Amino acid sequence: MSSESILSELAEGSVLMDHAVGLHARPSVKLTQLAKTFSARIELGVSQNGPWIDAKSIVKVMATKAPKDTVLFFRAEGTDAAAAVAALIGLVKRDFEDVH
Amino acid sequence: MKRNVGIVIVSHSPDIARGTADMVRQMVGEKVPLAWCGGDPGGGLGTSVEAIIAAIQKAWSEKGVAILVDLGGAETNSEMAVEMLSEERRERVVVCNAPIVEGAVMAATEASAGSSLDQVRQTAEEMRPA
Repeated sequence: MSSESILSELAEGSVLMDHAVGLHARPSVKLTQLAKTFSARIELGVSQNGPWIDAKSIVKVMATKAPKDTVLFFRAEGTDAAAAVAALIGLVKRDFEDVH
Repeated sequence: MKRNVGIVIVSHSPDIARGTADMVRQMVGEKVPLAWCGGDPGGGLGTSVEAIIAAIQKAWSEKGVAILVDLGGAETNSEMAVEMLSEERRERVVVCNAPIVEGAVMAATEASAGSSLDQVRQTAEEMRPA
C-alpha cells in the first residue's frame, strides 16, 4: 500500500428500476461487472437505510432479487466514487443495455 | 496472453455442459476463456480425463483455470486431469466446490472483471449449499 494519503470522495444516488423485469441474473451480472471497473468501494441497497451489500459481489447482488419498480440506492467511497454512482445509475436507466 | 481466468465446465451430460457454457456466454460475454466437455468416449453419460485435459488447454489463461463439475466422477476425473498437467500449469487450475450452473455464471462474472483465480473460486464457492 502507498503511504501517501489518498484523496477519497463520497457519493450516493438512487434510481427507479422501472424497465427491467428486476435484478435477475443478466442485469445482476451487468451491474456487478460495471461496479468492478471502479476502484471505489460501492454498496447497493433496496432502501434508503440499507441493508447495504457489496455491489461488486455477483452472489450478493443476485441474492437481492429486487423486483421491477424497486428503487436502487447506491453509495460509494473512493477516488472515483461519483463517477461510479453516475455510471451505475446510467446502466439501470438504460435498462441494463451496454453502451455501444 | 489471455487476461482473465478461464472457465471449464465438466458434466456427465454433454447437453448440460454445452447449455451451461451457453448461459455463461450469453450472460457474461466473451471476455472469459471458456470450454466444456461431457459424456464418455462411447457416447454415453460420463466424463473423460482426456476430454477434460483438452478443455483445460482450450480455456487456458496465464491467470489460471477454474473448473466447475457436476457429480462424483466429474470431480475425481477433473482432479486426475489436473494431476496430468505440467507442474507449471497444475498449480494454476482449481476444481470449485460449487453447483455447476450457478457456479459457472458466478465464476465467469468474477473472472470477467480480471479477478485472480483465488477470487474466482471464492465467488463460485459462495454458492455452495450451507
